Amino acid sequence: MKTRYSFGGDEHIFCEVDEGMSLEAFFKSLSMTNAVRDSQIRGVTEICPANASFQIKFDPDQISPDDMLAELKTLEEQAASADHTLDTRIIEVPVFYNDPWTHDTLMRFRERHQDPNGTDLEYSARINNFDSVDDFVAAHSGSPWFVSMVGFVAGLPFLYQTVERAKQIEVPKYLRPRTDTPKLTVGYGGCFSAIYSVRGAGGYQMFGITPMPIYDPKQEINYLQDFMIFFKPGDLVKFKSVDRDGYDAALAEVEANKFEPLIRPVKFSLDDFNKDAAAYNAKLEGALYDN
Amino acid sequence: MTIKVLEAGLATSVQDQGRPGYYHLGIPVSGGMDLYALTAANLLVGNPADAAVLEATFLGPELEFTKDAVVAVTGAEMTPRVDGVDQETWLSFAVKAGQVLSFDFLKGGARAYIGISGGVDVPVVLGSRSTYALGALGGFDGRPLQKGDEVPIGSGGGTAGKSLSEALRRGPGSNVELRMLTGIYWHRVTDTAGARFLSDTWKVAPEADRIGYRFRGGEPLSFVEREQPFGAGSDPSNIVDGCYPYGSIQVPGGTEPIVLHRDAVSGGGYFMLGTVISADMDFIGQLQPHTPTKFVSVTMEEALAARADRSAMLAKMRDELA
Repeated sequence: MKTRYSFGGDEHIFCEVDEGMSLEAFFKSLSMTNAVRDSQIRGVTEICPANASFQIKFDPDQISPDDMLAELKTLEEQAASADHTLDTRIIEVPVFYNDPWTHDTLMRFRERHQDPNGTDLEYSARINNFDSVDDFVAAHSGSPWFVSMVGFVAGLPFLYQTVERAKQIEVPKYLRPRTDTPKLTVGYGGCFSAIYSVRGAGGYQMFGITPMPIYDPKQEINYLQDFMIFFKPGDLVKFKSVDRDGYDAALAEVEANKFEPLIRPVKFSLDDFNKDAAAYNAKLEGALYDN
Repeated sequence: MTIKVLEAGLATSVQDQGRPGYYHLGIPVSGGMDLYALTAANLLVGNPADAAVLEATFLGPELEFTKDAVVAVTGAEMTPRVDGVDQETWLSFAVKAGQVLSFDFLKGGARAYIGISGGVDVPVVLGSRSTYALGALGGFDGRPLQKGDEVPIGSGGGTAGKSLSEALRRGPGSNVELRMLTGIYWHRVTDTAGARFLSDTWKVAPEADRIGYRFRGGEPLSFVEREQPFGAGSDPSNIVDGCYPYGSIQVPGGTEPIVLHRDAVSGGGYFMLGTVISADMDFIGQLQPHTPTKFVSVTMEEALAARADRSAMLAKMRDELA
């Protein structure tokens, strides 16, 4: 990994931890942004971790751009020696794969897709060498994901799966973006899953939908009353495949404002994960389901 | 008191100085796109600089007042009228209860700021009254104004007849130069393409809004060849999704640059070749579609000098209107 800094105008520093995505790059980005927050450097106004990069916004009337850059480089040296562990939480997110609503939407925009004669799931399963859509869904919902970035629009999580590089799913975005995506669509682009927090334009392949709201600007949903956005970078997510009945049951709970996401505290160690990914993921799942 | 929205205009929203601190969760700063003009609109009617105003884009609203108030309109050249009588811009005037504030057609610029004594008194959300429409957050019910809305206004003082001297009024130019710092992923384009980007004259595209301004008319960019990094996507203009600075210039597919503004999408997978300097962000908010525009590369020292000039103008404005 080669860390690269660049000024974004006179108010931002953009730091690319690595050109390519990896858990190592994400961990470094997250630990550096945590270090910036802890160090309370004067003049810092926004601290934004991303997948393999991060961005600091600052007020150049309070700290000169060169001084800001020097502060970050100092923190980078400290972050390099930090251990690769993270105290976080793991959350179960139910997903109705191949649901009728994203299906309707993807059929409306077929001419913008690489494979006009199939569905997004069929296309993604095929190009990733899965025998069936079911096998593909089993892989997508089988291992946990890191929320590696929150953004694009309010509360939208980008998720990176905690599996070895060889098992990473990769799909291109639509040839031309759609003008519509249902709210709470579970999508995929590049090596990232995403959950669309609001309805709107989008270019990610559409795999399914979750009944679990993740953004509520009115803060009426019981578990979003403290803060309107559910996810933060560093959260772990386990997708759970549910059928129509499971989706409807969860939605009824959401509508009655009684839905409670399943959340457990967990410690993630990158070094332990790298020793045996499958065993480590089983352990994470055990923490979620109290096994 | 409230003002009744008889006609909403094209895109009229409640804005203030913005909502910093939540960009890492995808909530942009929002606030007035021309903050210089927004500040003037507030100070002219005796409000603090961070009060909320109405930002009217391209076409003014029609507003009926239910109580006496003092109003000032700054920014775009769009003559305000009280019960049909023309008023001056950059000058505070009285509107009596029952009178209607309307606007003539736009003659220059893009966004008018309507300061009202007492300020627009919608609820404060995450520290600001600004509207972030994409996230249905803040402002009036999280959206631009609609016909029939009754917009709450706080109580305030303010005196009619207060004006800002000509030297401190800022209008939009007809031929615009946006100063920028090259960087971030500037190295992704060839030297020839980079030079061409800076020498081409671009034009503001119709797709220009609070999220970003799109430009077209320049030569498509060619990229330095590379094997795309893991997770970046197959197009040479793709990167592993990262954060987007305010003012950053992304060029999806290498064809049409987009400069992100105050309702920016906070990140994504397109490379950026630089960032418009903070001092020039106000000017973007006043650009109309088809306006010829050039991107001019400057140094950090020049960017900071321009920032200091703008701050000095704001200080003079505050002195004059104190």
